Amino acid sequence: MAIDTEPLVVNIGPQHPSTHGVFRMRVTLDGERITDAEMIVGYLHRSMEKLAEERTWTQNIPFTDRMDYLAAMTGNLSYCIAVERLASIEVPERAQYLRVIFAELQRIASHAMANGTFVNDCGAWQTPLLYMFREREKVLDLFEMTCGARLTLNYMRIGGVAFDLPDEFLPQLRSLLDELPDRIAEYEQLLVDNEILLMRSRGIGVLSPEMAMNSSMSGPMLRGSGIAWDVRKADPYCVYDRMDFDIPVGHTGDSYDRFRVRMEEVRQSVRIIEQAVAQLPPGRHCADVPLNFRPPEGEIYSRIESPKGELGFYLISDGGPQPYRFHVRSPSLINLSALREMVVGQTVADAIVTLGSIDLNVGEMDR
Amino acid sequence: MPATAKLSGERLQERIDAAVPGAIEQAANAWVCVRPEQLVATMTFLRDDRELDGRYLNALSGVDRYDYFEIVYHVSSLSHNHEMTLKVRADHDEPEVPSVASVWRGAHLQEREVYDLLGVSFAGHPKLARIFLWDGFPGHPLRKDFMAMPGGRSPGLRAFPNEDEETWGGEFRGD
Repeated sequence: MAIDTEPLVVNIGPQHPSTHGVFRMRVTLDGERITDAEMIVGYLHRSMEKLAEERTWTQNIPFTDRMDYLAAMTGNLSYCIAVERLASIEVPERAQYLRVIFAELQRIASHAMANGTFVNDCGAWQTPLLYMFREREKVLDLFEMTCGARLTLNYMRIGGVAFDLPDEFLPQLRSLLDELPDRIAEYEQLLVDNEILLMRSRGIGVLSPEMAMNSSMSGPMLRGSGIAWDVRKADPYCVYDRMDFDIPVGHTGDSYDRFRVRMEEVRQSVRIIEQAVAQLPPGRHCADVPLNFRPPEGEIYSRIESPKGELGFYLISDGGPQPYRFHVRSPSLINLSALREMVVGQTVADAIVTLGSIDLNVGEMDR
Repeated sequence: MPATAKLSGERLQERIDAAVPGAIEQAANAWVCVRPEQLVATMTFLRDDRELDGRYLNALSGVDRYDYFEIVYHVSSLSHNHEMTLKVRADHDEPEVPSVASVWRGAHLQEREVYDLLGVSFAGHPKLARIFLWDGFPGHPLRKDFMAMPGGRSPGLRAFPNEDEETWGGEFRGD
């Protein structure tokens, strides 16, 4: 006897723990398999691009915190670098090194969060996440000690950073750096060869290199598919050209590879911070840039490697006190370009794993 | 370590003109402006050409220039490590440009974003719909005339708050 079936539409999100915020995916199911997927976003849209056109160049820095709230430091950094390039502002060397140290600390915190929630999505409910939060807490303590905030940091300034390091910073960073390699080894021991994780994430959400490139993927998504592209190497900003580090890449482009790439990047970040601390020169932490200034008429597209991928700012100045146009190239949104291709044909449980491996941040996606 | 090179407008024009004649409307120092009719042909050439190798679309942004809209494409080659900037202009009253979503998948969501916030339609886009705002939202917020101030003024500061009392405090407060 033939059984009549009909497609079933299921809403994943917007309020579901696996969507990491208010992201909604509407999937059409044929039995267990997904036949179509559509993303619905905009729940966190705060029209930052419009607001930024009404505020001075300096006043826009706090907006960049609230985009990717798990990596506020790199949001700040990307915007400040864009304005500095637009207005040809020289940044003191010490500030450049401080920026590298904080951007890499932020990468450790963001990747800890990404990997923790990814393993969470694979079904290891909360335990690995809280382990990774332990390291993230220590990074946030360092941020708090320096700029008073833990999440929306607002630490970078146009021309440098807001504060120099407090006295107790370097000793505490030292103990974190000594601890981290052991911690990473511990996670690898627990997770990397863990059979359950392998079964849940190997071959799930495969993204071919051609598709990754054509879909403008960036960050661990691109590198997970085997393309060794990192803005820190290809278009060095701050003092990354003086740092020695490797670009980890995946082989098959599945969720597991992206997880491994993030894990390895934490190790590389530790290497970069070690070098930056060793080379940290004395001097000023911020150039003399007036609070209110007018960059010359012109436009710039400037990008950095944020933990999520290529975070770019397209800024246009008409010579006025505020940006004429403030556009953010947000990796969280653009990394979803191939979402449909990645999840069609999978089961819902695997789609959750795929989504977890993308490491999206709704604040940055919707802006 | 070499930083990303930026291809000049002249270089781009020379290369594109040989393959897609008459596609370039204007060439400036750092960018070229492409005729909308030949946009898809130009972008396809840009992607497939071995020398330009524009296989990676970094960003697609829209700008309201009052008289016209400008769509800006930042394209780069990961193997040659260079970056190119192309623009296309759309009429202000009924803005429409061809979609490049068939050339780069990465343009898909970004074109939807420009459509939503600036109201520029993309002909040939597989699924052109608003992305952040809901259907039926009045207007397109990133347009300069969206919620214009009384008296026809566009929003924004004319001067810094403490720089010029008169410009800051006067005019549109009374309305």
